[in-house]
This record gives sequence, structure tokens and C-alpha cells, in this order.
Amino acid sequence: MAKYEAPPLMSDDGIVDIPVVVPDTMKGAGPFISKPEFQKPMNFPDDIEQDEEGNWSLIPNWKEEALNKLDDLRGRYRSLQVYLDICVKCGACTDKCHYYLGSSDPKNMPVARQDLLRKVYRRYFTFAGKYFPKLVGATDLTEEVVDDWYNYYHQCSQCRRCSVFCPYGIDTAEVSMAAREILNHIGRGQKYSTEIMGKVYKIGNNLGLPQAALADTLEGLEEDIEDETGVPVKLPLDQHGADILLVTPSADFFAEPHVDGLIGYAKVFHELGLSWTLSSYASEGANFGMFIGSYENMRKISMRVRKAAEDLGVKRIVFGECGHAWRVAYSFLNTLAGPFDFLDARYPVPQHVLEITWPALRDGKLNIDKSRNDDMTLTFHDSCNVARGSNMGDQENGQFDFPRNVIKAVCNNYIDMPEDTTKDATFCCGGGGGILTDDLMDIRIKGALPRMEALQHVTDKYGVTHMAAICAICKSQFTKVIPYYGFSMDQIVSVHQLVSNALILTGQVDEDEVTEGEE
Amino acid sequence: MFLGVVYSILFWIATLVLVIGVANKVRLYWNTPSPLKIPTMPAPRTQKGVVLRMAREVFLFQSLYRADKLLWLISIVFHYCMLLIVLRHLRYFLDPVWGVIAFIQPFGLYAGFGFVLCLIALLARRFLIDRVRYISAPSDFLMLILFIVIGVSGLMMKFVNPTDIVMVKTFFQGLKYFSWQPLPADFTLLLHLTSVVLLMIIFPISKLMHAPGVFFSPSRNQMDNSREQRHVAPWAAELDKQGVDYLSELKK
Repeated sequence: MAKYEAPPLMSDDGIVDIPVVVPDTMKGAGPFISKPEFQKPMNFPDDIEQDEEGNWSLIPNWKEEALNKLDDLRGRYRSLQVYLDICVKCGACTDKCHYYLGSSDPKNMPVARQDLLRKVYRRYFTFAGKYFPKLVGATDLTEEVVDDWYNYYHQCSQCRRCSVFCPYGIDTAEVSMAAREILNHIGRGQKYSTEIMGKVYKIGNNLGLPQAALADTLEGLEEDIEDETGVPVKLPLDQHGADILLVTPSADFFAEPHVDGLIGYAKVFHELGLSWTLSSYASEGANFGMFIGSYENMRKISMRVRKAAEDLGVKRIVFGECGHAWRVAYSFLNTLAGPFDFLDARYPVPQHVLEITWPALRDGKLNIDKSRNDDMTLTFHDSCNVARGSNMGDQENGQFDFPRNVIKAVCNNYIDMPEDTTKDATFCCGGGGGILTDDLMDIRIKGALPRMEALQHVTDKYGVTHMAAICAICKSQFTKVIPYYGFSMDQIVSVHQLVSNALILTGQVDEDEVTEGEE
Repeated sequence: MFLGVVYSILFWIATLVLVIGVANKVRLYWNTPSPLKIPTMPAPRTQKGVVLRMAREVFLFQSLYRADKLLWLISIVFHYCMLLIVLRHLRYFLDPVWGVIAFIQPFGLYAGFGFVLCLIALLARRFLIDRVRYISAPSDFLMLILFIVIGVSGLMMKFVNPTDIVMVKTFFQGLKYFSWQPLPADFTLLLHLTSVVLLMIIFPISKLMHAPGVFFSPSRNQMDNSREQRHVAPWAAELDKQGVDYLSELKK
């Protein structure tokens, strides 16, 4: 833990002061490079070589390929073409990125991050850049530029906070995804993402948990729940004919506090009498294809969810607590793997687990004892991809209301963090969009700063003890990073963990009551 | 007469470049598909809602207001001043001049001062704020200076050395019918007109394209209805049709 230093928490209103520009503070080699063995299953070129010092080359005709890919992408994505053209450099976004606020490196300002690609676009594809490059800030594509791309496009978590504040809605995530897709095709794939996606193709989930191990884990959880409550709550796997296919991030199967959330979903399904199953073939909610800007790989992963739903003969698809999974599910799944006309048309496809839990709580279908969460004062971290990339229910702002409603229905003590740090202005946890890897620890810690300031503020002012999240990446990132800021990792909880705590199952006998009875 | 011929040709060329250049860009934006639904959420769930969201962006600069109150103030005053000034100048092209255009003449005049003051503020930001200085290319400064030249030369003609505006009007009337008309040989006027010609020519190849471009921004013009309505780009539909995973596997 001593290896990295977190920036000090200094704000008194929970909002980070805008730092002075300090160039190159985050200059570096970027994350580990995807080796040929990881490139191949993604259909990316793999003719790269390692020299004696361990540095990887680019593919032989990298420059031509990079420009071809850029041209190809701007022809297929209106967002990219328009966003490369219309930025006026007003600077409205410059103080909006958590990575800039935490690192002071100007290349982490959204507009400057876009400019890394824009200056090359201008040089090769615009009149002004071809004939007056110096005047308009256009530059040749060199290996140094590629190095900057690789480094700084992996200091963007594609959280889209900048797009909220841009007068034209320019979304740096679109630019950063395009840049990563170009890098994929010139031998600069990111190992963290491609290796994980390879596991999804081979085994079905990011962690590489095979069917048997998964079945074992779920069985263990069933035992835990029964020991604790005396109620045989099931976590079914690959059950044909179940009504609901639950797709959840694989971290839910073992990581803390994720697994407590999974127990929560299982208890809610049990109590509502819903027939459900997990699938070992599609045992992963996350879709890293989005991070690396690869439509094709994102679609290929999404197709696994469709196939699992068809094979198991389910009627509904429900996603667990996972931010990026939910953006892909809510906003892209119908596009990528639809149409879902073989499912029950009475339900949206897909649904978020909160879209089951909140209506049930609202209608009083669950027996809740809020006092069981009285040892905590909660706040809620809006996950960036849920907040700005999705919705819940059929009204605007559902993605903010559903989780808050659920927390308030199962907890007595709830406080929101300052307005500039919540809802659609929420800050990324610092680990989203393919950044949640140990080789990017420094930027992960710095990127968490704005959230940490806000959390410190409500801790000092309102005695907040715990922060709930609905994203596997947020949970993993925070449990790892908040100790650097003086918090403890068990302060991060899953929303369905809170539900699980407060939910009294029909026939539930609490452990302590059993003990008391025996005495 | 020489000046009249030169400037007639310049204005015709500039108009052609502006119209064709912008039309080309707009056609490019129009024809490029949006493969995924990416509205910045929360987004409107109806088409009417999208129109309202876009109207709030275009007329009120809603997002900029949330981002930076001072910049918002400068920008919105600047843009509305510019609108008034452009409307005011319609009197050189319209004959007879519409009542409303005649009515706004004095306001357009005040707008001239607002316009130049805002531009100076925008220029100052580029020097004074370190983050904005970092992202500014020479063209970003020059663009503001070009606007300042247009504004100041315009004001000078009104308040310092007036030009023969009847002659100017005859010139612009002539442009409409492709007939040469003379222009007064005033330095201020020629500076004013030359800068405007330059602005018209660089419009389609510069960041000024933000004006038509904002309407094509998927994060602002898309509806939140991805679960209800399937949205597929033609190139992506081809993957479904041929049953393959990768574009490189597609048969032409």
C-alpha cells in the first residue's frame, strides 16, 4: 500500500478545487500490452514482436492501418465524425474529469484527451490540417503520438461526465473507444480487457469460472443462507424452463461485498416466488467489448446472453448490479442481440434487478425490518454508466430513483452526497471502462479523489458510515482504493446487501433467536 | 468600379464556398449512421422531448450553464448580439426593408458593443485560464481576432468614419442579380468586408461547424427508447443478415 500516494483530502464542501495544470504528471507507458495470444481471439492483428527489453513493436504497417481504421470508424460512427469536427475549445469540460482533478495532467482534460486523436484527424482528413497544420494544431502520426494515445486513452474511464457539460454533448467516451479500437488494430490492445474477453469466449465469464466451480460456489451460498435464516433459498444454475435468466457480473460469485448482493437477489426472487436461473454459458454481465470500442466483440458477447436465454427457454432476462453491464444491457442489447420477440412481451428486455425489487418493496410484497440496517448511515454512489448511460423503469430519472427508493425502503439513515457529485453529475469511481487493473493503480487512486472528497464531506457532516453502489467495478475499485484515503474497505456495500439484511423471509428463524431458544 | 468587381467576385465565391461547404458537411453527418443509442441520460422518452432538449441547448445553452456560469453569460450574450447584428444587416439585402428589421436597428447597434466586449472577454480567457490556454491552437486565437476585426470595423463605420451606405446597399442589391455595382473606397469598409469574406470561406472547414453540427450530436438528439425500439445501423445489420461475428468476414 505504501507504493502509491493518494492526494490529500482538502475541500470543505465536498467538491475538489480545480488544480493548476502540471503537464506530464501522468506520462507513462500505459497498461500492459495485449500479447498475440490475447489479440487473436478478438480478431485483432497479432503480428507484433517483443524486443530483448520486453517492449512490444507495433504491427509492420501500423501507420497506414491506423489511418485506415480512423477513416473506417468516422464513416461508421456519426458521433466520432461530428465530435472530431465541432469542438470549439471553449474549455467547459476542462475541470470535469475526475482523472484531471486527481492528477493535474492537462492531457486528462476531456478536450485535450480528444485532441490527441483530433490533431491526427485534422492532419490527414481536413483541409485546414493538410495545408496549415501548425495553425490548427494538427500533427503527424508518429510512434510518440501512438504512445500518448495508449497511455492517455487508458486514463479515461468512459464515464461520460464531460458529455453532460459540453454545450454540444461531445462525448469523450466515443472518442476514447474509437482510439482504443484503432490501437487494437495496430498491435496496442490492452491485456486486461482482451485476456478477460478471451475467458468469456472460452468459459463464459471474466473470471474463467467453469460450470462445476460455479455450481459449487452457488451451492455454498445456498448453505450459508440456510444456516443464517433457516430458509432453503435456491441459487439455480442452468435450469431449463425457468422464467427468469439472471445475468450478473461474475464478481458477484465470490468478491466482497458483491456476493452479499447476489444473496440479496436470491432472497428477493425466493420471497416473490419467481422462478429463475443463472447460466454457466452466459455467466457474465459485464461486456468489455464496450471498453475497447469493439462493436463486433461487444456484439459477440451479447449474443451469448441471447443464446443462453433461447437454450434455457426463459421468458425474461434480468441483470444484476453492474454499471457497464447495465449500460450495454439497457442501451445496446436490443441493438446487438435483438429482437427478443421470443421472450414474454409483458416485461421490458432486459430488466434490472432493481426493477423487480423496488416495485415489490413499494407494493409491500416484502417483509422488511429497517432497523436491521440501523448500524449504518448510508450514502449512494451513482455509478457513471448507470447514471449517464441507462435508465430504469419507464420514467426519466428512474436510474437515480430506483436505487435510492430501495435503500430508503430498507434503511432508516440515508444521506445524499453533494449535488455536483451525484445523479448525472456523478463522478466515476476511478476504475471504470477497463481501468480496473493493478497496472493502472496510480491513476485509479488519483481518479477516486472527487468521490473521496464528497464521501469525506458527508462523513464529517452527517456521520455517514457506508457507501452503497450498484456496480461490480465501483465495488471492487472502492474496496481497493478507499484505504489509501483513510477509509476502510468494508464501508462499501451492495444495494441488495442492504435489502438482504432487512428482508425477513417467510419462515425465517434468525441465528441469534435459535441460540436464545436453545438456552 | 474596380473595387466593385473584385468584391462582387469575392462575395460570390465566398457564398458558394459557404453554402456548398456546409451542405457537404451536413450531408456527411446526415449519411453517417449512429450504430448505438448513446443519449446522455437522463434523456427524453419522446420525440417532442428531444426537440425541447435540443431547443434548450440551442437557445439557452443549457449544458454550458451547468458547466461554467461566467462562460455561459459571455457566450449567450455574444451569440444573441451576433444574431441581432446579422438581422440588422439584412437591411442591405432587403428592399423594401421589413418592419421588424427596421425596428431592431437601434438594438443591433448596441449589440455591436456587446459583441466586441464579449469577444475581448473570450480572448482574455484564452490567455488567463491555464487550462484554456493549454487547449488553444493559434487558430482559436485568430478566430476571435477575426471576429473582433469585423466588429470593430463595423462600429467604426457607424461612429468614426461613416461610409456611403446607400452605395453599399446598391452594391449588395446588385450581388443578388449578378450585376456589378461600385463600392466606396473606404479602408474601414474594405477591412470589414474582407474579414467577412474570410469568415464565410473558413466556416465549413473550421470549428464554426458547431452551429449545424450540434443538431447531429447523438448524445443530445437521441431518444431514450432503446428497450422499446430496436435501433440497428445498416453496416451492423449486415452482421445479423450474414450470421457472422466480424466485419472482415462479411461477403460483399
